[in-house]
Amino acid sequence: MEGNDYSGLKEKANIIRQHVIQMTAEAGSGHPGGSLSVVDILTALYFQVMMVRPEDPRWPDRDRFVLSKGHAAPALYATLAERGYFPVDELKTLRKLGGRLQGHPDMGKVPGVEASTGSLGQGLSMAVGMALAGRLDGRGFRVFALLGDGEIQEGQVWEAAMAASHYGLDNLVAFLDYNGLQIDGPVSSVMAPEPVREKWEAFGWHVVEIDGHDIGQILGAVETSLKQKGCPSMVVAHTTKGKGVSFMENEVDWHGKAPDREQAEKALRELRAL
Amino acid sequence: MNLRIATRDAYGEALVEIGSQNEKIVVLDADLSKSTKTSRFAAVFPERFFDMGIAEQNMMGTAAGLAAAGKIPFASTFAVFATSRVMDQVRNSIAYPKLNVKIAATHAGITVGEDGASHQSVEDLALMRAVPNMAVIVPADAVEARAAVRFAAQYQGPVYLRLGRPKVPVIFDEGYQFSFGRPTVVKDGGEVAVFATGIMVGVALEAAGILKDQGVDCRVLNVSTLKPVDPVALVEGARGCRAVVSAEEHSIIGGLGSLVAEAFGEHRPLPLRRVGIPDVFGQSGAPGELMEYYGLTPEAVARAAREAVEMAARL
Repeated sequence: MEGNDYSGLKEKANIIRQHVIQMTAEAGSGHPGGSLSVVDILTALYFQVMMVRPEDPRWPDRDRFVLSKGHAAPALYATLAERGYFPVDELKTLRKLGGRLQGHPDMGKVPGVEASTGSLGQGLSMAVGMALAGRLDGRGFRVFALLGDGEIQEGQVWEAAMAASHYGLDNLVAFLDYNGLQIDGPVSSVMAPEPVREKWEAFGWHVVEIDGHDIGQILGAVETSLKQKGCPSMVVAHTTKGKGVSFMENEVDWHGKAPDREQAEKALRELRAL
Repeated sequence: MNLRIATRDAYGEALVEIGSQNEKIVVLDADLSKSTKTSRFAAVFPERFFDMGIAEQNMMGTAAGLAAAGKIPFASTFAVFATSRVMDQVRNSIAYPKLNVKIAATHAGITVGEDGASHQSVEDLALMRAVPNMAVIVPADAVEARAAVRFAAQYQGPVYLRLGRPKVPVIFDEGYQFSFGRPTVVKDGGEVAVFATGIMVGVALEAAGILKDQGVDCRVLNVSTLKPVDPVALVEGARGCRAVVSAEEHSIIGGLGSLVAEAFGEHRPLPLRRVGIPDVFGQSGAPGELMEYYGLTPEAVARAAREAVEMAARL
């Protein structure tokens, strides 16, 4: 389906980034920085890797994706809408009273959302449970999870890391969105996570490090990860917070602030020019 | 009343029973399976038992994931670790998405005994009652515990099941039918209604005997569902009575005492006395000594009933 330049996937990622800008601008709040940093991973998963049926979102054999860093909900919603789970037009209802697109994902409301997340550190445990269930039932589905780099400061993440490895969950592939920034500043100065690779390896995980904006590297990392037997895999994805919008890139202030109309226009112009 | 069985033992037995009937039943524990009695399930269905180690937060999240993939997980540890230790996981990963997880918490209340306050739960019911979507069930004896486990397995949604460590009297016979959401009368009487939950139902029945000798006609109701409860049905349970008493092995804040106060306060104000732990932590001691120390005895319930009746007479 794709040529070597992955132009189709790149184009899709660009459209999803534009949705993120429009949605957060329309909502007047939300988390554009950490949404933009995960778009390429989401695009690669939902448009190339994952076996899903948007028309039958609860199909038992589907691959699962858990957005543990739930504040990247705009990116997930935009991806799901583009993938056909619900109308793209609904994206403008983000964070609006009575809508399905809550500030953080609600699995009870949105087709395609596999876990209610937002309180950080909990998604990987849910992914572990899903992977255990899949193995118990002899179903071949794979479980993907995405964690933030600040999020791994939560102790529960390491409880889950231990369990995934203890139970040898080779049907589980997690991504770390390593964009280096959290609300209070650089992750390295708030609560340094390094050495990240060694930590996950010490917990018994297979680790791959990639450029999290390179579609080819993302797909390659998934492929090698799914070949591992008897252990879960962690893809440490080096990313740029605010990726694709010049004035948002690597700016911590854009973690949890929505663009105003003018900023949104500027961002959209930049994205459309890519 | 001669037979004494711990509700945790009944739980372990019932788990094996439901596990053999339904392949979706899976069990998780946090390194306490011998104490919570999930070890009995583990021995029969090792492939459906997951020891998650001393990592309760991950246990609750894993249970949520198993439920999201169609399993019916029972997650067990001591009540204090199954509630306050994992409050956010229970709230966000289980209750908010209304996942089909059964939190079966043993060693509830102060009758954990010698381990002391760190291992005793005086506030677990208050915490679980406050969480939307959570059903809260407290069996009174081993018969009801088995019935409640069977009920929880077929009920769709999160359940908090409160179980105890010590052997307690068996009150119900095997024909007993579990009544979800409604208090049931276990001893009729006309003057004062004692609403009791858990092991305090047996204590309240003894109190009724004391009261009878003192000329007070006492009704005893078993409130095994603390949530959801129809408050009108609860109030109707005291129809004809002049006063009410609540009795629980839990803080008087947030548990049954609060439930009774809320229901009667809004629907039929009546004089009320709450028997329970008076907003303090527990301490080490033998279970019986602790029940005595904190006033969870037949005599204390009888005294509270007399006071409530006297209060009604003064109004």
